[in-house]
Amino acid sequence: MSSLSATIQDVFNEPGCGKNANKTEAERKKGCTKQLQPGGAAGGCAFDGAKIALQPFTDVAHLVHGPIACEGNSWDNRGSASSGSDLWRRSFTTDMNETDIVFGGEKRLYKAIKEVIEKYDPPAIFVYQTCVPAMIGDDINAVCKAAATKFGKPVIPVNSPGFVGPKNLGNKLAGEALLEHVIGTEEPDYTTPYDINIIGEYNLSGEFWQIKPLLDELGIRILSCISGDGKYRELAYSHRAKAAMMVCSKAMINVARKMEERYGIPYFEGSFYGIQDSSDSLREIARLLIERGAKAELMDRTEAVIAREEAKAWAAIERFKPRFKDKKVLLITGGVKSWSVVAALQEAGLEIVGTSVKKSTKEDKERIKELMGQDAHMIEDMTPREMYKMLKDARADIMLSGGKSQFVALKAAMPWLDINQERCHGYMGYIGMVKLMEEIEKALYNPMWAQLRKPAPWDDGGETWQAKAMAQMDAQAAEIAADPSLAETTRRAKKICFCKTVDLGSIEDAITAHGLTTVDGVKEHTNASGGCGACKGRLEDILAARLAPLLQAAE
Amino acid sequence: MAIVTTSKKACSVNPLKMSQPIGGSFAFMGLRGAMPLLHGSQGCTSFGLTLFVRHFKEAVPMQTTAMSEVATVLGGYENVEQAILNIHNRTKPEIIGINSTGVTETKGDDVEGFIRLIRQRHPQLEKLPLVYVSTPDFKDAFQDGWEKTVARMVEVLVDPVDAGAVRDPARINILPGCHLTPGDLDELRTILEDFGLKPSFLPDLAGSLDGHIPDEFTPTTIGGIGVDEIATMGQSAWTIAVGAQMKRAAEAMQARTGVPFRLFERLCGLIPNDEFMAFLSEISGRPVPAKYRRQRGQLADAMLDAHFHIGGRKLAIGAEPDLLFDFSSMLHEMGAEVEAVVTTTASPVLERVKTQEVLIGDLEDLEERAKARDCDLLITHSHGRQAASRLKIPFYRAGFPMFDRLGAGHQMSVGYRGTRDLIFDLANLVIADREANHQPTPDTWRTTDSGLQVVPPQLH
Repeated sequence: MSSLSATIQDVFNEPGCGKNANKTEAERKKGCTKQLQPGGAAGGCAFDGAKIALQPFTDVAHLVHGPIACEGNSWDNRGSASSGSDLWRRSFTTDMNETDIVFGGEKRLYKAIKEVIEKYDPPAIFVYQTCVPAMIGDDINAVCKAAATKFGKPVIPVNSPGFVGPKNLGNKLAGEALLEHVIGTEEPDYTTPYDINIIGEYNLSGEFWQIKPLLDELGIRILSCISGDGKYRELAYSHRAKAAMMVCSKAMINVARKMEERYGIPYFEGSFYGIQDSSDSLREIARLLIERGAKAELMDRTEAVIAREEAKAWAAIERFKPRFKDKKVLLITGGVKSWSVVAALQEAGLEIVGTSVKKSTKEDKERIKELMGQDAHMIEDMTPREMYKMLKDARADIMLSGGKSQFVALKAAMPWLDINQERCHGYMGYIGMVKLMEEIEKALYNPMWAQLRKPAPWDDGGETWQAKAMAQMDAQAAEIAADPSLAETTRRAKKICFCKTVDLGSIEDAITAHGLTTVDGVKEHTNASGGCGACKGRLEDILAARLAPLLQAAE
Repeated sequence: MAIVTTSKKACSVNPLKMSQPIGGSFAFMGLRGAMPLLHGSQGCTSFGLTLFVRHFKEAVPMQTTAMSEVATVLGGYENVEQAILNIHNRTKPEIIGINSTGVTETKGDDVEGFIRLIRQRHPQLEKLPLVYVSTPDFKDAFQDGWEKTVARMVEVLVDPVDAGAVRDPARINILPGCHLTPGDLDELRTILEDFGLKPSFLPDLAGSLDGHIPDEFTPTTIGGIGVDEIATMGQSAWTIAVGAQMKRAAEAMQARTGVPFRLFERLCGLIPNDEFMAFLSEISGRPVPAKYRRQRGQLADAMLDAHFHIGGRKLAIGAEPDLLFDFSSMLHEMGAEVEAVVTTTASPVLERVKTQEVLIGDLEDLEERAKARDCDLLITHSHGRQAASRLKIPFYRAGFPMFDRLGAGHQMSVGYRGTRDLIFDLANLVIADREANHQPTPDTWRTTDSGLQVVPPQLH
């Protein structure tokens, strides 16, 4: 049994992670946790990440060892759907009190496990460690082991206390717990050459059921889904699958890669968001299964299903074309990582604002992903007034983004659609894409907007906050234009790296002072791009702009 | 008189309780230009934040000192300092409200000491109010966090006044408990203003979380009571505390400024509002406005219409003490039987709840008791939804959080009008349930002693 810090090191070393592969040895050691900024941080902790990743296992009792905050403030908050047990939605916590802090919480945890088994008799219990018991030294591994022996039931420790890092680290630590304690511990009743695992899919809003009927039709069996609508036993025998699909979020890449390493299960990274990606993923599943012994005719059937579904979806989307003519979408998200959603939106006649990319060459794809990735990051840092101006300047008709920017968009009377995980509609597969179009249409054409944009009878129109905000911003712009030194200050104050809060001025100064020519050099001296790395493109542009005159001069 | 017991379970199942620090942050959200800050790991803040956002459907300001494992062990001075400086620079708040959490209390960070040192080192913060409240997660509950935080606000932010000072007879301090919604606060404001009184609410969630569209967007709270107004609360003639949890803050106010207080443990129901109106009339020297005389009649009539449906109902209720006491008393007064009662934390009102036993426990306890005692009306927050669907009884959502329905901020229970509408809502739930689930069938009243056998008539 490895220690928590060793596990974290191991997770950071993940060779399956593209980002990681580009890092130096020293950087990898430091890990992918960006140092959080006190007073400027957002997002969940590692415990949150572990719980999110595992909670969709529906027949397991999820027991949180900690004070009330960790579970009491957060339970029943995810929209995963279950086709069977509802045990996963119940909440179990040791609700540690002062006495436990003084004398240790291990006894309480042991008793809690006993109570859960007596009352609910689940096939397994997952026990989540949190910060406080980790600090006082509660050894949940030992308690789980003792309880498992005593009660003859799997009791799985999930060692991911909040303070070790952010949510995505928690996802991976959850994966490690499955690899160490669950996967490979049971055998399926039978296997077929058509058995696959789906890894990193949470069945939010039941959206995986938008694609499952197609797999069923093709005779492909989901041996285990990790973790949406998953069951403990399926997870335990998931090592007998012939192939695996890693759903595009990298949340559990360690699980996919280590299952390949240990059990020879090949995997691919795919997505069911968007028409093109759905088709690609179905093909890839068929290809891998055939490689592992399924009959070659599977591909023919897969192609037939793809052709039929694509034709149906495109035909359904056709209806929206006149409705979407000349409508502009501002797409801001780190959440939809799928190029093919963009492609489908464009196909339906929507113009994507903020990018001129039209064709789906690989470089174009990368470029747009990068663009949207940066904006997604930028927007968290924007004041609402700036965001309003951006919407206005872009002349967008609708904004698609994650939950955080929702309130500003809506309060600016701007149609808005949630495309992150909090949303309540499934957008997966062919059906899901059509559903997305329907939702966009509903939002765009709601007659309410016209009323809401009208000023109150006692306002002359110039008094609305929108008008005031625009006037203020315009005044600021005029002031800057009139004053060259202010213009320079403003130019230099432009933030380039949002993770590390580095502005253009400091980057330019560093370039001049140290004669920097590379992004790595800039990073070394300013820390810019030392976080998520999304601003690398901007740094390259700055370097290019700086170097261009020098090169000219040299010529 | 109810017996108060505490659950003996090692494992809390389906918690009713939420943590103390976010109750503290919630109180800071009723201050204008405020940034609530939890001294803990980032999850402590993000869980609370998500809960508030889902409840109010609003952007909610809340920050974290983002304690890492190492910082937690070594102590969090740097994190608190950086957090305050960052918030000061980025969001220009009028006040930062800091609550501790389980992690930092387990280590035992001396945050008051930190703040003194930070002020020494950063003179630019001289005018920025920093209020710190100790609220470990492993003690007490949401309501306690609110109680302690408001009391601390009074101690730190209200300017002391001599007991003999001249006061503004029309100015009234209102200290609302966390069980009142922004809608409730607006109703109280209207009532006081109708008596010619000028109320100051501490805290004032109605200014910040009532779901309005603000003139100016700020990354801090978009409204609420200003620090300047709080400072002058000592000039008021009276303090009105609503809910037993606010006694502590009212006493702090009296000790600091000599402003006398009157505690209203309840503002839902006929008699509590009669007392409230009489008091307002007395301190304002004005008769009760005609509007409220009419509203009293409307409430009385609502009670008459609704008692057929509410009388005899067996109530299962899970709520924090003040909300529990208020709602269960009102329903008891309408003839309901308060059968299953679960709460989160100790309070002097609990033993006066009109029931046999009050359990400090969880929603599993409430569900079991409701089932065993055949309860047919459930009142608790949104986390009761799973229990309600299993029990198949009418479910009224009350308290925090209410994340699966809209309008949480405007649900009202205070005043004659608030009580009237609440009674209608509850009675309508009962009626709808009867229509949907309890329609009579030919077999409804057939005795089952001999099974459901029907002996066919004999032919002669």
